[in-house]
Amino acid sequence: MQAMPAGSLVVLAVMLPVAAATLAPLLGARGAQRAIVLGLLPASLAVAAAIAAAVLRTGAAIPVHVGGWAPPLGIAFGADGLSAAFLLTGAVVMGATAIFAGRTGLGAAAGTGRAPLAFWTLLPALWAGVNLAFVANDLFSVFIALELLTFGAIPLVCLDGSRETLAAALRYLMFALLGSVLWLLGVALLHGTYGVLDLVLLRGAVRPDAATILAAVLMTVGLLAKAAVFPLHLWLPAAHAGAPAAVSAVLSALVVKAAFFLLVRLWFGTLPALLTPALAGLLAALGAAAILVGGVMALRQARLKLLVAYSTVAQLGYLLLMWPLVLATGPEGAGAWLGGVLQAVSHALAKAAMFLAAGLIAAALGDDRVAALGPAGRAVPLSVLAFALAGLSLMGIPPSGGFTAKWLLLGAAIETGQWWWALVVVGGGLLTGGYLYRVLSSAIGGEGEATAAVPLAPQAVALGLAVLSVGLGMLPLYSFGLVQVGRPGMAP
Amino acid sequence: MTAPYALLAAALVGLGLHGVLAHAEPLRRLLAFNLLGSGVFLVFGVVARRGAAAGLEADPVPQAIVITGLVVAFAATTLAVALLLRLHGGDPPQD
Repeated sequence: MQAMPAGSLVVLAVMLPVAAATLAPLLGARGAQRAIVLGLLPASLAVAAAIAAAVLRTGAAIPVHVGGWAPPLGIAFGADGLSAAFLLTGAVVMGATAIFAGRTGLGAAAGTGRAPLAFWTLLPALWAGVNLAFVANDLFSVFIALELLTFGAIPLVCLDGSRETLAAALRYLMFALLGSVLWLLGVALLHGTYGVLDLVLLRGAVRPDAATILAAVLMTVGLLAKAAVFPLHLWLPAAHAGAPAAVSAVLSALVVKAAFFLLVRLWFGTLPALLTPALAGLLAALGAAAILVGGVMALRQARLKLLVAYSTVAQLGYLLLMWPLVLATGPEGAGAWLGGVLQAVSHALAKAAMFLAAGLIAAALGDDRVAALGPAGRAVPLSVLAFALAGLSLMGIPPSGGFTAKWLLLGAAIETGQWWWALVVVGGGLLTGGYLYRVLSSAIGGEGEATAAVPLAPQAVALGLAVLSVGLGMLPLYSFGLVQVGRPGMAP
Repeated sequence: MTAPYALLAAALVGLGLHGVLAHAEPLRRLLAFNLLGSGVFLVFGVVARRGAAAGLEADPVPQAIVITGLVVAFAATTLAVALLLRLHGGDPPQD
């Protein structure tokens, strides 16, 4: 009986945003906005916090059999420490973005006609998608989560209806559809081989035979396309840079992270029997290439939002470095695991802050060319400060969440004798420093005048997210015990 | 008995994948994606038939997945066509 309330919390985490998305068209843009900011936001934060507290208190994952039906017949959800950490991050970023969008609107082009209603309907739909990805425990629910994310994200990318963003949305759609159909093909092969869809049952049954390996490859490629991992990142910069600031923040902070989260679940949770050092090394090599290519491309961008989008490509690369490091440190090595998760969380907070700040800077100056950022330091000092603080976390300067994450990855690389990954971490940090220096040196102390006034409240939202991302690094490491609950390989 | 269908499914998946990856025109890629999707649904059909048990003609779980998959593929196709029409069709984008 004790598990019942915690279990219903996990279901609520998905159903609250679904309810909001369903009601939004009836309420209209204004009403939906109010319902989301005043209702969904505090409720979701409370639910995520309660799930985290329950996971911490019991030291075990919360299992949920939806409708009381146990797998293999029923559908299982579940929340372990990893789910709880991501649910909390999602609630903070989504909530901050909703407050931001409520205060600023969506910009001149996207602020009229049906666009606001589409935004306030699809934002909770995306929220439902990411939360479902974080708690889904079977292959088919994951497919639903992936589709919710696709259908929520693509109309948001082309909210302003310009030719540029329509083309970006179409390209994104092609990659996303390829990703889901590959995932679905993998599901067919696994169900044909084992007759189950449940991730836990599958873990116990899985054998390294041809069908399983083919399924694993298909599903991994599908998720890599959705997570925009090099070389499948080609859709990301135009889509993330072209969308309104509030949309870019959610897409870059959470939507691509959901695919990463599922990749972690798939490999460490369900298919560890197939995870060889060579394969882990291949994934990390893709990550390393993403860090270098994304960093160099970010250095060369003339427009601020494109620079920030390429920075996302690079920062996603760090997440893949986790694979060989977690594998090599074995069951007792918690450092690399925490490093990967902390990188995902601190990047989510920092990148949301950065996109919101970049949007405000562009709104104040009427221009988002990096070379023309001169008046930003005087016109919107808080936004520039938010951008700079978020940048510290992305670079990995202490004390910040990004520093702790990269330090843990670096330490794990050296301890396990894989020093080449340490070189990548350091090199990526230097590239990040380079493109941030370009922005900040242009934004501080330049000539020129701002063309529009920007209110204080949205600037404070961006700054708040940046401070959180930095603040993660000031917490002592033992306070992240939550992330380790239910870690694969850990004794229950 | 399911072997011809399995081979046909593999052929559809192969053709579809080739079409999606090798062609640049969005409409051809969209059609190829639908071909690929049909191949995947046929794989589920084969899986369902081979999983027949408890007196049923076929395992109902893969069939349920196919129904969901069809709906999703249809919705995705309409979304892609809507984007294509806005980009290239009579209704001009709001530049």
